[in-house]
Amino acid sequence: MRLLTHNMLSCNIKGVTKGFPLSIEVQKLDTKETDFNPDFLRNIIPKLEWKAFHDAAVSVGLNDIPEQVDPVMLEYTEFLQKFHHALLEVHLEEGALICPETGRRFPVTKGVPNMLLLEDEV
Amino acid sequence: MWFLCYFLHRLLDYRIPEVESLARLFLGEKVDLKWRQSPYHHPDSPFYFIDLPSEDIARKIASRSVLLKGIFEVWGEGRTYEELRVSIEACPEEKKAPYLTPDSTFKIVVDTFGKILSLDEQTERIHSMSYIPFLGVVKLKCPEHKFWLIETDGNDLNNGLPPADNMSILFAREIGVSDRKVVVKYELSRRNYLGPTAMDAEVALLMANQALAKPGNLVYDPFVGTGSILVAAAHFGAMTMGADIDIRVIRDGKGPDKNVWSNFKQYDLTPPIGLIRADNNVPPWRSNLSEVFDAIICDPPYGVRAGGRKSGGRKLLQGTRDPYKIDEDRRKDHIPSTAPYTLAECVHDLLDLAARLLVIGGRLVFFYPAPRDECGEEYFPKHPCFTLIANSEQILSTRYSRCLLTMEKTGKYTDELAAESKRIHQEFKDNHAEMLQESRENGSLHHIVFSPSSETKLNGTEARPRYRGKYV
Repeated sequence: MRLLTHNMLSCNIKGVTKGFPLSIEVQKLDTKETDFNPDFLRNIIPKLEWKAFHDAAVSVGLNDIPEQVDPVMLEYTEFLQKFHHALLEVHLEEGALICPETGRRFPVTKGVPNMLLLEDEV
Repeated sequence: MWFLCYFLHRLLDYRIPEVESLARLFLGEKVDLKWRQSPYHHPDSPFYFIDLPSEDIARKIASRSVLLKGIFEVWGEGRTYEELRVSIEACPEEKKAPYLTPDSTFKIVVDTFGKILSLDEQTERIHSMSYIPFLGVVKLKCPEHKFWLIETDGNDLNNGLPPADNMSILFAREIGVSDRKVVVKYELSRRNYLGPTAMDAEVALLMANQALAKPGNLVYDPFVGTGSILVAAAHFGAMTMGADIDIRVIRDGKGPDKNVWSNFKQYDLTPPIGLIRADNNVPPWRSNLSEVFDAIICDPPYGVRAGGRKSGGRKLLQGTRDPYKIDEDRRKDHIPSTAPYTLAECVHDLLDLAARLLVIGGRLVFFYPAPRDECGEEYFPKHPCFTLIANSEQILSTRYSRCLLTMEKTGKYTDELAAESKRIHQEFKDNHAEMLQESRENGSLHHIVFSPSSETKLNGTEARPRYRGKYV
């Protein structure tokens, strides 16, 4: 699971109002090389929840993502590369996503988060 | 400028929408394309004329298309070789001269539709074109200019081909041809990891074309399965994402070298950005996520070959079992039960999700099954955010078809729409048992497809029409 995916997911248990952002429990991290596509990155930035992205990056050990994003940064290749690495290359292979409200643990195995709910959570 | 589109004789309903989608992709904006046919051609004929702004656009369309043989500039057309000659001679000189210069190389390709010509006959036809003042040198391998002499069958015994009143002959300069090798490359028979309902490679490529997949795009498939649709989107350079309710299919596959990821690796494509196990009925997206995908392409499970499932126990939703709590110590390894997902609910969820998550101008491309006589616009699902761009029917049996619907998001997803969708979602949940009952009884697609036939059998081949249109 990449941080882009993480930035889109939330806990959808019935009744939960603040299921985002899920905190990340890391067991195994991986780096998967992905083609660098600046257009895609510029496209996706306004759609991200930047604070959640920054915090998630920190929780997987990446401390070079600024706390706030400025459109000017998109002109700098150096920033884009760091952003690209954090968003699309760091991959949570094993671990879990944890709901901030209920503490429900959504396991991530072989890179696939299991977001399916149990019968009493739907 | 008018160009000739020479189509392959397959998936007839898909041909024009594909060219229109590609034109939209390469022109970058919506344009009303003008089409015309020669007067003596059947609508299913493989020859259509289209008005495009430039040769360059035409070449791009042809090279990415799956159902075109090629796009051509016609120099002459006739029902006999004499008519053809008159027509070519009447073609303006300035159109022909640049391609007939002494320093150029060329070749003439003889192509037939609905008939076969022997090599001798082909050579004879090429020689009969000598009234055109070719000054260049013939070169069979990689010539600068290729000319096509296309002849169609004139007799009315139409052996599976569109009925024609008359033979027709065309002489045209090649602008661009399609690369059908792509279809062969992605053929399912060579695919590493397959599921029972993996999407056929040719159709998957068509779907990606309808969705205008291109580099820099993010394409999502909520029923990803083995990833056969996303493979096609990735082929055109799009980033992909998929979800499925069945975790074994997306996580485990059939081993470490036989899973969704390996299907991308096999073709050296960028693997999906993310695969998520999720239920499309209760999607796990954060509530303020919107307009993130450029296209959503999918083949929803509609209960004929594979039935859809959604979260929540079957008995629970039917009301025959009281809600229950799963014990703390069992929660970890508990396998949640699922209930059948009716087509109506599935389509509602899909449209709502797409309305929320697609960018304006983004496309939703999906298959919608219907009985043969219900393949018209009035029967298709509608949504205030979407405009139907194309519907292409593919006949699957005498009883039902699947229609490829291409919809474009043209309206914003408002709070009112979100509230309305929530209400319908609850309604489906409350009436689950009735809905299920209804879908089992007469009138449901499954019933239409599988109930025993009451019609008397057709005797022999007599009643069967010789030309079967959309079946091809």
